[in-house]
Amino acid sequence: MAASSRVALRRRPPSPARLVALTLNHAALIAMSIIFLIPLYWLISSSVKTDAQIHAWPPVWFPSPMTMENYQKGLSFIPFPRMLGNTLTIALFSVLGTVCSCSMVAYSLSMIPWKGRDVLFYTLLGTMMLPGQVTMVPLFVLFARMGWVDSFAPLTVPHFFGGAFAIFLMRQFFLGIPKDLSEAARIDGCGPWGIYARIVMPLSKPVLATVALFGFLGAWNDYMGPLIYLANPERFTLSLGLAMFNSQYGSFPGQLMAVTTVMTVPILVLFFLTQRTFIQGMSRSGIKG
Amino acid sequence: MSARELQLSVGSGAARRARERVWTGLAFAAPAIVGLLWFTAFPVISSLYYSFCNYRVLKPPVFIGGGNYRRLFEDPLFFTSLWNTAYYAAFAVPLGIVLALALAMLLNTGVRGLAIYRTCFYVPSVVPIVASAVLWIWLLSPQEGAVNDLLRMVGVKEGPGWFQSPEWSKPAIILWSLWNVGGGMVIFLAGLQDVPKELHEAAALDGARPLAQFRNVTLPFISPQILFNLVMGLIGAFQFFTPAYVMTNGSGGPVDSTTFYSLYLFNVAFSDFKMGYACAMAWVLLLVVLSATTLVLRSSARLVYYGGDA
Repeated sequence: MAASSRVALRRRPPSPARLVALTLNHAALIAMSIIFLIPLYWLISSSVKTDAQIHAWPPVWFPSPMTMENYQKGLSFIPFPRMLGNTLTIALFSVLGTVCSCSMVAYSLSMIPWKGRDVLFYTLLGTMMLPGQVTMVPLFVLFARMGWVDSFAPLTVPHFFGGAFAIFLMRQFFLGIPKDLSEAARIDGCGPWGIYARIVMPLSKPVLATVALFGFLGAWNDYMGPLIYLANPERFTLSLGLAMFNSQYGSFPGQLMAVTTVMTVPILVLFFLTQRTFIQGMSRSGIKG
Repeated sequence: MSARELQLSVGSGAARRARERVWTGLAFAAPAIVGLLWFTAFPVISSLYYSFCNYRVLKPPVFIGGGNYRRLFEDPLFFTSLWNTAYYAAFAVPLGIVLALALAMLLNTGVRGLAIYRTCFYVPSVVPIVASAVLWIWLLSPQEGAVNDLLRMVGVKEGPGWFQSPEWSKPAIILWSLWNVGGGMVIFLAGLQDVPKELHEAAALDGARPLAQFRNVTLPFISPQILFNLVMGLIGAFQFFTPAYVMTNGSGGPVDSTTFYSLYLFNVAFSDFKMGYACAMAWVLLLVVLSATTLVLRSSARLVYYGGDA
C-alpha cells in the first residue's frame, strides 16, 4: 500500500497541457531524427540496389530484390585491403605519437612548475589559431627535400612532436589529479619519469582514450594530407581511394555507395562502442574546464 | 653557521632546485618545443618569405617584393573565391548554430529517450568526411537523388540542379554542412544542462513567457557556447576544403561556383605549383581569420556571460 502510493505520488499523471507539450516535443524530435537518418538509409539502401533500381525515377526507396553485387564489383575495382592496411598503419602511428608526446608535454605543463612553461603553453594555444594553409607549402617543400614525399612519414612523424589540442585536453585532466599522489610517490623516491609513467599515465586512461579516439578518427578521415603527400596508388588511404573511385566511377552509384558504406561502417561501429568517450570528448572540447 | 649563511645556502638550494625543475620541465616538453620549431616556426617564417617570392618548386625562390600581393588584387578568381567563401560562411555558420541550438533545446526538455535522439543527430558527423561528401553527391543527384524525390513528394515538380547548377551548388554544400551540426549540438546541450533550473522556475513564477525565458535566462547562459561555435564555424568556413574538393573532383565547378578560398589556394599550390602566390594567399587568409575572430570577440565581449563566479 505504502509503496504503491509512493509510486503514485512520483508518477502523477501529467497535466493535459504538459501532455500536449510532451507529444509535440517527441513529434519534433522524431521528425528531425528521420530527416537526419534518411541520408544514411539512402546510402545503405542504394548499395543493395540493382542497376535498374538505381536509375529508376521516381527512385526506389525499398529495393527488392536486394543484391550484393555492388559490394563484389566495387571492392574488386579498388585494392580495398591494401588501402585499409595503409589507413590503419598511418592511424596507428599517429595515435601512438600523439599519446606519447602529448602526455609528456602535458605532464611538463601541469605538474612540473618550471620557469617558462606558461610561455610554452600560450604559444601552443596560439598555434591552434594558425590556419594549416600557412604552413602547408613550406612543409611540403621541407618534406620533399627530406625525401619524405610519397611515404607515410609526413603523415605520421609530426604527431610524435605534440599537438596543441591533445596537449590542452591532457593538461586539463592532469591538473585534476590530486597533488598528494605525486608528492607521496616523490617521498618514496620516485623521480619525475617514475611519477609520469607509474602515477599519472595509469590514472589518465579516460583522457588518453579520448585523445586516441580523436587521433584515430582524424587519421582515418584525413584527406588533404594524403592528397598532398601520397602519389603512388599502392600507398593510398581509404579517403583517397574513395575519392578516386568517385571521380572515375561516378556513373556507378550502386558500387560507389557500397564502397562508401564499407568505409563508413567501421567508424559507426567504433562510435557505438565508444559513445561515452566520444560525446564527453566533444563537449569537453568546448569552453569548459 | 650564521643565520645569513643558512639563508644563503637555503636560497641557493631553492635556486638549484628551480634550475633542476627547468631542465626536467624542458626534457618533458622537448617534443612540443622541437615540433613548434620544426613544424610551425620554421614553416611560418618560410611561408612569409615565399609569399614575397616567385617560387615554382623546381627553381629556388626569387625575391620579387610585394608582387604576389599586388597580383591578388588583379586576379578575378581570387575575388570569386572570397565571395564564395563569404557566401558559405554567411549561411552555413548562422544556420548551423540555429539548428544545433534548436535540436539541443528539443533534447533538453527532460524528454525520455534523449540518448537515442542525440545519437540520431550526432551520427552524421561521425561519417568519414570523404564518405559523406560522396554520399551527398548521390543524394543531391537532380535526376536520381533522394532529396529531389522528397521535394517532388511535397509538390516541387522540378527540383534544383544542385551540383550541376552554379546557383544551387553552394546551397547544396550548405545543406551538407547542416547535416553535420552534431558536434555543435552536443556543445550546446552541455551548456543548456548547466542552466540552473531554479532560474527558469523563478522566471515562470514571475510570469515570463517561454520566449522571454529563452531570451533572458537561456540565452545569457549559453552565450559562451554560441560564441565558441561562431568562432569555430568562421575559422572552419575559411578553411573549408575537403567536401568541396571531393564533390567537384577538385575543379571547384560548375563555373567556379564552389571554388572556395582554400580550394583555390590548394590548386594554386599543387596544380599550378605557384608556391609563392599560394603563400601570399595563405597570409591573406590568416589576416582575414584573425581580424574576423578579433572582431567577433571584441563585439561580443559585453554580450557573453561567463557564470556568476567568474
